Parts: sequence; C-alpha cells; structure tokens
Amino acid sequence: MAEIVDASGLSCPQPVLMTLNKIKGLDKGEIEVLVDTDTSKENVSRAAQSQGWEVDEVTESGTGYRVLIRKE
Amino acid sequence: MGQIRNFLATKWGIMSVGAFIGVFATLLQRWGNPGNMGVCVACFERDIAGGLGLHRAGVVQYIRPEIIGFVIGALIAAYAFREFRPRAGSAPIVRFVLGVFAMIGALVFLGCPWRAMLRLTGGDGNAILGLLGLVVGIWIGTFFLKGGYNLGRSKETYTSVGWLLPLTMAGFLIFLLIFPQVEGQAKSGILFYSLKGPGAMHAPIGLSLIVGLAVGFLAQRSRFCTMGAFRDLILFRIPYLFYGVLALIVFALITNLVLGQFHAGFAGQPVAHTMHLWNFGGMVLAGLAFCLAGGCPGRQLFLAGEGDGDAAVFVWGMIVGAGFAHNFGLASSPKGVGPHGIAAVIIGLAVCAFIGLTMRQKA
Repeated sequence: MAEIVDASGLSCPQPVLMTLNKIKGLDKGEIEVLVDTDTSKENVSRAAQSQGWEVDEVTESGTGYRVLIRKE
Repeated sequence: MGQIRNFLATKWGIMSVGAFIGVFATLLQRWGNPGNMGVCVACFERDIAGGLGLHRAGVVQYIRPEIIGFVIGALIAAYAFREFRPRAGSAPIVRFVLGVFAMIGALVFLGCPWRAMLRLTGGDGNAILGLLGLVVGIWIGTFFLKGGYNLGRSKETYTSVGWLLPLTMAGFLIFLLIFPQVEGQAKSGILFYSLKGPGAMHAPIGLSLIVGLAVGFLAQRSRFCTMGAFRDLILFRIPYLFYGVLALIVFALITNLVLGQFHAGFAGQPVAHTMHLWNFGGMVLAGLAFCLAGGCPGRQLFLAGEGDGDAAVFVWGMIVGAGFAHNFGLASSPKGVGPHGIAAVIIGLAVCAFIGLTMRQKA
C-alpha cells in the first residue's frame, strides 16, 4: 500500500521537501506523490532518484500528476 | 505523457540555457544596456517603475522590454508545451511584501542575482560580497523551510487570472510603442524617460524584446532559477539548477573577455558601490526574500508567464518596492548606500523573520 504525499498546489520546494521527508522515514517501499505542475513532477522525480528510489510511473491526475516512486 | 522528455529540463539542457543567457545578456551591454547590466531583473523592474512614474529618480526611468519578453516568452513556451496552468491563492499579500523587500535588498546592492553574476564576470569584485550575501540569505531561508514554513496551497483558477500579468506586460509594450522616446525630452505622453544615467542606456527595443522573449521561453522550459540553484545545493545537495548558473557565469565571462568588457577591481565599477558590508547585507535580505517566495526574480516572471497569479503578485511587489526605494532614499548609488537603506535592510530582515517564523505547519 503506497504512502501518499499530497503536494498539490504547494510552491517550490515543498513537493521535494515533503517527498524527501517521507523517504527519510522509510527504508524502502512505495510513495505516491501528488503534484500539480510539470516542474514539481520533474523535481520530485529527480529528488527521488538522487536518493536511490526509482520512478515507477507518472500518470495524469486531475490537472496534475501522480508520481509513483519505489525502492525495493 | 509524463515520459516525454523535455531536453531543456536536463543537465545539458539547462546548461545550454545558462550559456545562452550568459552570452546574450553580456551582448546586450555591447548593444546599449548599462555596464555589467545586460539583464538585471531588479534594476529593470525599478526602471519600469520609473517609466510609469511610481518614482521620480530621473536617471532610472525606462520601460525595459527585456522584462516584458521574459513574461511573454514564458507564456509562449507554456502554451506551446501545454504547461499553462492558471493558479492563485497562496498568501498573495505575503508574496507582495516579500517582493517589496526583495527589491529593497537588491537595490542596496544594486543588482539582483542575475546582475550579481554579470557583475562578477565583468570583473566587479564588489559582486563577490553580493553573491556571498545571496547565499547566506538563502541559507537562512532554508532554516525556515526545514522548520515547516510554507505559503500554503494555491488553487487552479480561471484562465483570465493567469493572463492578467502577461496582458499587463503587453500593455507596457504598447505604451512604449505609442509614447516613444523623444530626443531631449524627459517625458513622452504618459511615460517618463531618463535623459542620462543608466535609464538612458538601453539596447534597441527590438533587440531587447527578442532576447527577452528567447530567455523567457528557454528559462520556462528549463525551470532556470538563480535562487533555487543555491537553495537546492544547500537543502538537498541537488545540483540541477546550479549547473545552469555555472554555465551562465562561464559563458558570460568568456563573452566579456572576447568583447573587452572585463575590468577587474572594486572601485569605479559601473553602477556599483564599494560599501562591502551593505553589498553583502542587501543581498542577504534579497536572498532570504527570494527563498521565502520560492523563486528568484527571473523565475517569478517566468512563473507568472505560465499562469501563476501568486508569482505575478510578487512581481508587482518588486515594482512597487522600487517606487518606495527611490522615494524614501533606500536605494544605493555609486556613492554608497542611500540615507535610509541600512534601516530598510534591518526592517526587511525582521519582516522576513516574522513571516518565516509564523507561517509554519508542524509535521
């Protein structure tokens, strides 16, 4: 069951801050990050990868995106 | 759709954008813009404030087409790649106030982060103090960010809301065209024009506008941000935005050397003063304000172009802040800080601390 980080509507750098805080609390697992701009989508993906997490899937969600990241 | 790569938002992409800005901002100086001021978002928004009559400092009055180009270039990029998202509602009054103090801080140093880098690459040693101040200001901002500071969520809104700043900028361009500068006249129709000083030094309108549009387009695509460059290194050790800034510095330096525009030193630098403490202090305030507002002044223009109504409010805060700065003697000059510049920096730091400390969400 994926942990959810709802960063929609939040200004830079909140989406990355919230994602990295969630990553810090988990050794591995699945996190679903909700963002509402292309910039935050790219930033969250980049940040996740910098921590050794993989970007599993990016799908449109409403007017924003759902970024699913995972670490085994 | 999420898998389509935006080349400009890659390491090499943003470096190409930085290189483009470094070369063309420096060329704008050759084409008529003031020394070490090919592009300066703070100075140019201050010149626009002057052109509109929001202040009456005669040497800095001119509607700068570069700023107009930044917003409209970003708008074009956003629409071309379906990234225009009209949104607003995230503590606009706070962003306005942050814009006012960001401008005040920048005018104490006599430059925004973009100009700080152009000054550095032109040999202006005073810019070292400014850049140090910028980094310290951003660093202070990261403490607030780590403490839970945030401006709150914005919401998707009507398309016209996102269009208002771009339309305003288009309006300024129309003013510039229907009330053109007349030789020897300090006013043309409703617009003010400098007869001397930096406001009288400008590249031809067409060139300024084209470079501005190109930068606006490229910067929107690459998410270029001179504040985020340092913030992301400090907070996350993510160097993506910093690569863009590095490329800007390298290519601006090369261009300055090729054009013979590099003159190393502290004294006598164009539109600069040597009060080291306040070059530093002004930029601490500016850096902190940009960090709390989520973007450097250029980035705020590009965000406004892609429909961000909150960034648009920050832009207006900067323009009005420039009016205050010149009306109240807060802005510096080549002679040094203005009569109330130091007090304004101290007040600004206190206001930013108040904002940073009180707008926190625990966990």
